Amino acid sequence: MGRTRTITRRTLLIGSVAVAGGAVFGVWSVRRPHPNPLKPGLGPDEAALTPYVRLDAAGVTLITPRADVGQGAWHVQALLLAEELDVDPGAVRVDPGPPAPAYWNTALAAEGAEFTAPGGGVMQDATEGALGAMMKLMGMQITGGSTTVPDGYVKLRAAGASARETLKRAAAERAGVDVAQVETRAGHVVLPDGARVPYAELAALVAGMEPVQDVPLREPSQWRLIGKPGPRLDMVAKCTGTQGYGIDVDLPGMVHAAVRLNPAQGGGADGFDASVAEAMPGVRAVVPITGGVAAVADNTWRAFRALDAVDVRWGRGPLPERMDDHWAALSAGFDGDNRDSRKRDDGDVEAALAGGEVIEAEYRAPYLAHAPLEPLNAVVRVDDKAAEVWTGTQVPRFVQKNVARIAGLPDKAVTVHALMSGGSFGHRLEDDVVRHATEIALRMPGVPVKLTYPREEDMRRDYPRQIAMARLRGRVAGGHVDTLDLSIAMPSVMASQMGRQGLPVPGPDSQIVAGAWNAPFAIPNHRVTGYRAQGLAPVSSWRSVGASSNGFFWNAAFDDLAEAAGADPLAERLRLAADRRARAVLEAVAEMSDWQGARPGPGRGRGVALVESFGVPCAEVVEVRDTGAGIAIERVWVAAEVGRVIDPVNFENQVQGGVIWGLGHAMNCEITYEDGIAEPDNFHAHDGMRMWQMPVIEVRGLETGDRVNGIGEPPVPPAAPALAGAIFAATGQRLREMPFARFVDFV
Amino acid sequence: MAIGIIVNGVTHEAEVEADMPLLWLLRDSLGIHGPKYGCGAGLCGACTVHLDGEAVRACQVTVAEADGGEVVTIEGLGTPASPHPVQAAWIDHQVAQCGYCQSGQIMQAVWLLANTPDPDDDAIDAAMGGNLCRCGTYTRIRAAIHDAARRLREG
Repeated sequence: MGRTRTITRRTLLIGSVAVAGGAVFGVWSVRRPHPNPLKPGLGPDEAALTPYVRLDAAGVTLITPRADVGQGAWHVQALLLAEELDVDPGAVRVDPGPPAPAYWNTALAAEGAEFTAPGGGVMQDATEGALGAMMKLMGMQITGGSTTVPDGYVKLRAAGASARETLKRAAAERAGVDVAQVETRAGHVVLPDGARVPYAELAALVAGMEPVQDVPLREPSQWRLIGKPGPRLDMVAKCTGTQGYGIDVDLPGMVHAAVRLNPAQGGGADGFDASVAEAMPGVRAVVPITGGVAAVADNTWRAFRALDAVDVRWGRGPLPERMDDHWAALSAGFDGDNRDSRKRDDGDVEAALAGGEVIEAEYRAPYLAHAPLEPLNAVVRVDDKAAEVWTGTQVPRFVQKNVARIAGLPDKAVTVHALMSGGSFGHRLEDDVVRHATEIALRMPGVPVKLTYPREEDMRRDYPRQIAMARLRGRVAGGHVDTLDLSIAMPSVMASQMGRQGLPVPGPDSQIVAGAWNAPFAIPNHRVTGYRAQGLAPVSSWRSVGASSNGFFWNAAFDDLAEAAGADPLAERLRLAADRRARAVLEAVAEMSDWQGARPGPGRGRGVALVESFGVPCAEVVEVRDTGAGIAIERVWVAAEVGRVIDPVNFENQVQGGVIWGLGHAMNCEITYEDGIAEPDNFHAHDGMRMWQMPVIEVRGLETGDRVNGIGEPPVPPAAPALAGAIFAATGQRLREMPFARFVDFV
Repeated sequence: MAIGIIVNGVTHEAEVEADMPLLWLLRDSLGIHGPKYGCGAGLCGACTVHLDGEAVRACQVTVAEADGGEVVTIEGLGTPASPHPVQAAWIDHQVAQCGYCQSGQIMQAVWLLANTPDPDDDAIDAAMGGNLCRCGTYTRIRAAIHDAARRLREG
């Protein structure tokens, strides 16, 4: 076996630690050498140059712990690696994690990573408690918080550069020439005589070498790939029906399962009668699982149909019965005992409010489903020695741990294949589907069981976006916004989500105020207080997490005050913009939209919002027209400051998609509960935006900042408040509660 | 019932329940995975295929209704090496994000262009409104359809 050495004396792990929901960003530095987690999986003549690159006779493989849920994570990472490695990004194979994912994680977790405060970072007040949780999470492979790009931006290029220089050295030594005389080009080392040596041919040589360290990264002016439009690696497969997703896994001897879960989340099954179902053609078994019943058959439809024939006696669920009860629980959440944080307290709010007329308003955001188009699914095969899992997941390490626990196996006996996902939006940060599949698979050892949630189960038993409420007390003075005091109540997403993994999240949950407390505005008196409401439905991270509701609250509150002050909503935001990046994105959308005020013409209205989330200030202007037959959303202008646009095509696509996500859910989506049961169970009741409702969306990425950030989530939060502002300007109707279709018609 | 069906030019025979949706025959019995399960209720269009030249939701067509018919799925349209002009436009416009809905979007668009060679935006809206994209790729879908229409007209 080729000799592989530890990779480096000083490996820097830069970027955000990917916590579910992105609660804390930071810079982690591992200061001691650590073993390469890929080392045990290597065969003869294979060299692992860094934790990210595998080189063997077949070429270059990017090992990525990140899930691709449609955001292009694998493509962007391959691009970063290829930029320095001098390979065609299309020739980079992507492998989502080593065969034993545990090793990857334990290698990191065992390091005792030190936390260094992020310079000017977004979450400067990481508490000791939160840090403790982070230390645990550090060992987990999690994709979330728009962290793939900031996490990989330096690391992957450094990995590519180290690999390139090591390959050059290997080729030069073998040929007996000076390393300064060789070059790299398109997957080859080019020798002084023009001979081209494929990287793959050097794999065995490189396996015995100490990797070259501290290679200076190329200047942006030298880049061939970064910042240039190029074909996304998965595009051809996804346009020809040849991309395999989790739901397409097909193994010899595989059986198909489906579940019917107690529609009242958290309730169990007191018993069931499956005698009819068990006699149906193709049905192999009907078995109890946690919270419900599963049918196993020789195809998915027969499993679905068998469930319709099972008579289940459901237990009662623990959730509040009616929506009124949910809102009452939120309202009761504004109580001193529930106070979670006050991360913003500028000026003297109390004194200011005592000095004049106080403007008060209340804002609401409903529960929402994630509903990626690929329903949750997993294939699990388990016997008394090992388990194997195939699924689209953002949390492969949690999956491994939970399958091991349920199956009574050690973690290392569980192999997780993280597969391409048909969307997620945070849905695949949860792993109930794998747990259920494991319970079923344990009843048929050695048989691969594919569990597909029917859409109705996927939506009804989702852990939805948090319900939330905010209250404004504010004041205007001299035609300007003077005082903004916003209180926000919601359940803790982090506590709910991590609780399902058995992990405590001590300290305040910054997501309760994310997108509001950090609003980059210098209002003279400005306070944001978070309250952790109790007794609500379990919730989970939904694209942009806390900011998805709080960006609406803060901007709608600002608009209420600006209106009272008689100020233009965009001019007033610009006047109060507290930093260069915030001002830049506002100026950009003002210029792009040729902003001349909120009322560009009869029946037309414009709204504006700016939210900073995941380190990215993103401003949007929305223009609507009151057609008489409903509101038409016609134009959107978006500017986001991400430091560096890695792939302009994917960037634009992500931003447009994020805007449509934000607008569509604000228009017409909500999860409501009746008798503790989620009412919407398919897209007819939770639709989002359709083709005919789509506005023209113009996108600009600003690259003036010194930090590089991801773009998957930041375009979402400003969309709803900008739409509300536009509807107000067009119709005079101020919307303070989502979804807006409760109050206005859309075309 | 015993059914006979031509899928992408290949004849298949199967013994299945008459009311089984075509989608599951394709996916689980024949191993043709391009058509996707998204809603099972005709609400999302991810399972769109052509049955005797018409775009249909495979989750809403029973095998009895498809019996004797000719089905084309995304796999029968073109290949990675030789994509159909609509697929080529999709690739050039970099339409897909997660990509899960795109098989259905493309099959719907091919049907649209077969019947309306030069659709305006209203015609595109009318034809594509039933195909849901949760990632929000509609801007690119529209551009790709206009481009594909040009390619098909110009041969």
